[in-house]
Amino acid sequence: MTLADLSTGQHARITSIDTSQPGVVRLMVLGLVEGTIVKHLHAAIGGDPLELELMGTALSVRREQARHFEVEPFGPASEIRP
Amino acid sequence: MSQLQEVAVSIEDVGIRRRPRTRLAVIGTPNAGKSTLFNRLTGLRQTTGNFPGVTVERHTGLARLGDITLELEDLPGIYCLSGVSADERIAVDAMLGRLGNRGAPQGLLVVVAATHLYQGLYLLEQLLELQRPTLVALTMVDAARAQGIEIDAAALSEQLGGIPVCPVATTSGLGLEDLREQLKHMEQWTPPVLPASWPEFSLRAQQLADEAGATTVRADVQEALLHPGSHAEATVATRFPTGMLETERQALFGAEPPRAVEARRRYRWSRETVEAVQQRSTVARRLGQRVSDFVNRPWPATLLFFLTLILVFQAVFSWATPLMDGIDGATGALVGWVQAAVGEGALGSFLADGVIAGVGSVVIFLPQILILFLFIIVLEDTGYLARAAFLMDSIMRRVGLSGTSVIPMLSSFACAVPAIMATRTIPDRRDRFATILASPFMTCSARLPVYALLIAAFVPTASVGWFNLQGLVLFGLYLLGIAGGLLTALLVKGTALRGPKPLFSLALPEFRRPNMQTVLIKLWDRAKVFLKRAGTVIFVVAVLVWGLAYFPRMSETEFQGDPASPQSMEHQFAAAQLEQSYLGRMGKQIEPVFKPLGWDWKISSAVIAGFPAREVVVAIMGTLYAVGPEADEDSLAGRLKAASWPDGTAVFTLPMVLGLLVFYALCLQCAATVAVIRRETNSWRWPIFAWTYMSVVGYVGALLVYQLGSRWF
Repeated sequence: MTLADLSTGQHARITSIDTSQPGVVRLMVLGLVEGTIVKHLHAAIGGDPLELELMGTALSVRREQARHFEVEPFGPASEIRP
Repeated sequence: MSQLQEVAVSIEDVGIRRRPRTRLAVIGTPNAGKSTLFNRLTGLRQTTGNFPGVTVERHTGLARLGDITLELEDLPGIYCLSGVSADERIAVDAMLGRLGNRGAPQGLLVVVAATHLYQGLYLLEQLLELQRPTLVALTMVDAARAQGIEIDAAALSEQLGGIPVCPVATTSGLGLEDLREQLKHMEQWTPPVLPASWPEFSLRAQQLADEAGATTVRADVQEALLHPGSHAEATVATRFPTGMLETERQALFGAEPPRAVEARRRYRWSRETVEAVQQRSTVARRLGQRVSDFVNRPWPATLLFFLTLILVFQAVFSWATPLMDGIDGATGALVGWVQAAVGEGALGSFLADGVIAGVGSVVIFLPQILILFLFIIVLEDTGYLARAAFLMDSIMRRVGLSGTSVIPMLSSFACAVPAIMATRTIPDRRDRFATILASPFMTCSARLPVYALLIAAFVPTASVGWFNLQGLVLFGLYLLGIAGGLLTALLVKGTALRGPKPLFSLALPEFRRPNMQTVLIKLWDRAKVFLKRAGTVIFVVAVLVWGLAYFPRMSETEFQGDPASPQSMEHQFAAAQLEQSYLGRMGKQIEPVFKPLGWDWKISSAVIAGFPAREVVVAIMGTLYAVGPEADEDSLAGRLKAASWPDGTAVFTLPMVLGLLVFYALCLQCAATVAVIRRETNSWRWPIFAWTYMSVVGYVGALLVYQLGSRWF
């Protein structure tokens, strides 16, 4: 499963990253590295780009890049949504 | 460099040597509250100028701290030292003393947001490796507290090897006194030790630097290793055996990109440090957060974005009217008073028709322009522009750009000059240049005077459904500008600037209350720029045009009027006088070029004279029609309505006016924009292209509207 497959409100831990893909390193510089926990917040109209929460900061990420981040989701979306 | 510039630079050097002043670079991640802190510390003692010797804009301010004064240098926000955008290069180069000839600043004031400690520490650890006197301002502690985040500043300072950490809340002023006190005693700051985040890398870089010789510094070696092809690599590569850096890279990073390995290593340290110093408690979600959660959903967010834009344009017109009427009244009174005091001779005409009518007709738009800037500045300061970039990314992708280009394009609605400078945040050169070419199409505040004048005078006030026809025409012009810009981006991205698909990644700051001081300082800056233009470029052009239109004088005895004409003898004399003036003769020469657009020689001359600054056109029309036969009418709009061809038909017909508006919407009539494109692209090719291209597009657009319009109506 990748970062692009999370549903709204779902949490996940990043497990591995394909660093050879374009734009991936720039996201890593913003803090998306292995071991961090992200939450899928929203998406723009059309479902792209995504808005993710990482350590209290909201990040905008395109699906195209999000696909290169393998994640391990935890907690169903319904449990976390208010 | 010219000799004159050299002299200017050396004079500045002497001035600096006479009064040595400690200089600190203010550096931090984007949206960390850096500018607000900078404004708090320096107040109005700020200057914007160039780095000596190079044309890169710098922003400095003086912080008065009792008996000592520090010079603070406000640098663009960065996430790391190895960024690739122009902005990131400027920040890093300025901090390392590579820009200009003043050397590196003596110390660093690092701004770390308590709400974004994770990213802030990532930058901080790289800055600590520079081993320069460093003070950390931990900003937004109040905003963090509201989110249930409490940071132990003393523990953080300990984690960082004892360097001073000052928690501050710039909105309430909490902690500012402590920060000022610390700034006074730079010599007592604990010097930074190498952080434990990536010791094998910094130690290896140090070894290599030592081997290469005394002139090689570790920071350059680190940058060379992390960034193949960088300036630093070019500098240090010659000091090592061929291929050695590549071998080192292999050993340190394996097959992965160096910066990926760097991010992984450093962020681990950053995360551990955050966990050690940060207490997180669940707080009741405040109403504000619930509201922002709702409006950040896709549809509400997009709807809100367009509503905001509509509100802005509405406000520009409705709020400004009373103020504009006030300025109009004052200008009229001044003209009357000057005419009464000086008389109607050449001097009276010069003051009343040249200076006051010319400059006054531009100054009248100050309220509108300031309201527009106020909105853009507030949107910027609340962090909303980043949200707009997020929402518009998918649209921008279709024209080959990304959401990052939306921020400069939105600023272009106020003025293309700061917008083109704001493109520095776009990492890819081709995307940046495409945005630079698209930005001048957006309807800037200087186009408003022309639009407002012509629409108010010639578009009927009829209503179309719920909307006012005048408002719709204005809205259409805005759309035309947007379409022109986006199509241009599409065109150049498909041809000359073809490249890989642009990337988009951005931190979205949470909504914050705008800081009034920051807003007012920026607004005042814009007002100064506008008034300076009115007082210099516009003044000079208005006076020049008045002179050309007033001389040579014709004597009344030479004049042979036509008593049979419907116009009075006085009018005929004024018209003949204007036509045989220098301007009239020149205008007649160029009239054939613009005749297909339905323009007479007066409009043609006004448009030509408007190429240095488009708002000048209103000033020139003010002057031309004040000395011409239409001068009896009270307002400029009335005078335009009275303008006629020799056969008595009106010059300003609806198709002609709409064509003129289209010309204005599409043309690049702004020397300041041309100059800033030259500076930012570092070549004459792009400004010349932009100017020629936009002029042709404007002419053809106006031609089509006039020719088709005249046939249909």
